[in-house]
Amino acid sequence: MQLDSMYQDIILDHYKHPHHKGLREPYDAEVHHVNPTCGDEVTLRVKLSAGADGPVVADVSYDGMGCSISQASTSVLTDLVIGKGVDQAMRVQEEFLTLMRSKGGGEPDEDVLEDAIAFAGVSRYPARIKCALLGWMAWKDATAQAANGGLSR
Amino acid sequence: MTFDRAGFDVALVRKDFPILDRTVRDGRPLVYLDSANTSQKPRQVIDAMSDYYEQHNANIHRATHQLGEEATEAYEGARITAAGFLGARDETEVVFTKNISEAINLVAYSMGNASTSGGAAERFRLGPGDEIVITEMEHHSNIVPWQLLCERTGATLRWFGVTDDGRLDLSGIDGLINARTKLVSLVHQSNVLGTVNPVRLVADAAHAVGALVLVDAAQSVPHLPVSVADLGADFVGFTAHKICGPTGIGVLWARRELLDAMPPFLGGGEMIESVAMTGSTFAQPPHKFEAGTMPIAEAVGLDAALRYVSEVGLDAIRAHEHELLTHALDGLAALDGVRILGPTDAADRGATIAFLVDDVHPHDVSQVLDAHGIAVRAGHHCARPLHLRFGVPASTRASFYLYNTTDEVDALIRGIDEAKRYFA
Repeated sequence: MQLDSMYQDIILDHYKHPHHKGLREPYDAEVHHVNPTCGDEVTLRVKLSAGADGPVVADVSYDGMGCSISQASTSVLTDLVIGKGVDQAMRVQEEFLTLMRSKGGGEPDEDVLEDAIAFAGVSRYPARIKCALLGWMAWKDATAQAANGGLSR
Repeated sequence: MTFDRAGFDVALVRKDFPILDRTVRDGRPLVYLDSANTSQKPRQVIDAMSDYYEQHNANIHRATHQLGEEATEAYEGARITAAGFLGARDETEVVFTKNISEAINLVAYSMGNASTSGGAAERFRLGPGDEIVITEMEHHSNIVPWQLLCERTGATLRWFGVTDDGRLDLSGIDGLINARTKLVSLVHQSNVLGTVNPVRLVADAAHAVGALVLVDAAQSVPHLPVSVADLGADFVGFTAHKICGPTGIGVLWARRELLDAMPPFLGGGEMIESVAMTGSTFAQPPHKFEAGTMPIAEAVGLDAALRYVSEVGLDAIRAHEHELLTHALDGLAALDGVRILGPTDAADRGATIAFLVDDVHPHDVSQVLDAHGIAVRAGHHCARPLHLRFGVPASTRASFYLYNTTDEVDALIRGIDEAKRYFA
């Protein structure tokens, strides 16, 4: 059925059992993003740590209200970026952004996006792309703030 | 409650709406339950607009040729139709706007302009100590313009609350509407709750203290007979696209003496009497408030829409929607884990139903419905304060109109049940 192309099992699993959910200390930056059309909200914190090749995403924690797509997408995001260098994580974010803008025509690189390839179907539904991007945009914002603010906070 | 529905045949009505024949999402028949968002358009409206462009197109009020005369007559004819539709004293009380948001902003900005000018505009002037009263069930378009006006003038914004069952909480009316109140602006029928408010009662209280009354009738004018005299309002706004007409045109009705005294909103072509480099004088209402080239074809479409709805009959439409409403309320009540936002009884209530499904987000409910060809809206429906009042960020909303059927209500109920199972 058509619905299943959007609601992949991976998405429903992450929605029902979200990873890394809940706000945690310590953190370097916290942001609050909303989807003004539907009222979905996410508060997201990023903790960076120093690594040999630059800053590393040490933790991403979040809380929010939202639909299955936005909740699952944020959960998948945390799996993908925690532990990665900021530069590498930003490239994953770019790849996800490209996938979501592909209108269903994207060929996602599973090596880069892992579980996030499940969202390929969502890119066919313009009204839901913002849902899928809510947590990712919040993470990018928070990470940029954390990187600019230094690691000492 | 019973309404006269003599001669109403939904199957015949549906034949007037070409879009209802199309399929969506892999061949499923369209079940359009999003008319509170925008209504579908009958062939009569589409044809009237095509005919205007094919046969009469010209600019109005300024073209000195036959087409210009025809276009002007068509545009001004729409004003006469709208005046008659609302029971206005005459057509000079009808101002065309872009939509109802602009109609409300017209009043708000005119009051703001009055606050920095003198003379006849005195009664529209606002300052610190003055109060504007709205309600917690307003659309953002009847909240934000007043917030902005209060910021500009130092006036205070106050509001009626909403009861748990989705009715206007009038318990504090005596304190809320007082000698400091300059304007009361409220919705006739809520775009979320469906509640039809006792506008007359509020208007009388406002007038007793010398306040003006604006009624947002966007969700009532398409669905029930509305007479500006019966409402007892000073300003009434609605928008064409929710009453089978095109987007791009709305109506502000106001008592003529108010339009005479109010300062202009937008300045520009055709709203003037005389312009010199040192200053300008303005046209008589309603033209004083219609700057620049107006949406002419849209006025023609609005005219056709109002004629269409009148021909079907608003009493019959209301009766038909009442049947859909009671059928839907019964169907939803029979579903476990579904909560209606707003009155669960059909009295003083329109056929717009916002609801919540336990453990399934409104976006996901609407996505499942969409997969079955059922179009609803999910979100806060531009009424975020109202959703916060009920402690939720969003809801799913099904809204019915003259072309909907009880079979479509049944499809909705089945679709919600499916959504529950899908996300269980």
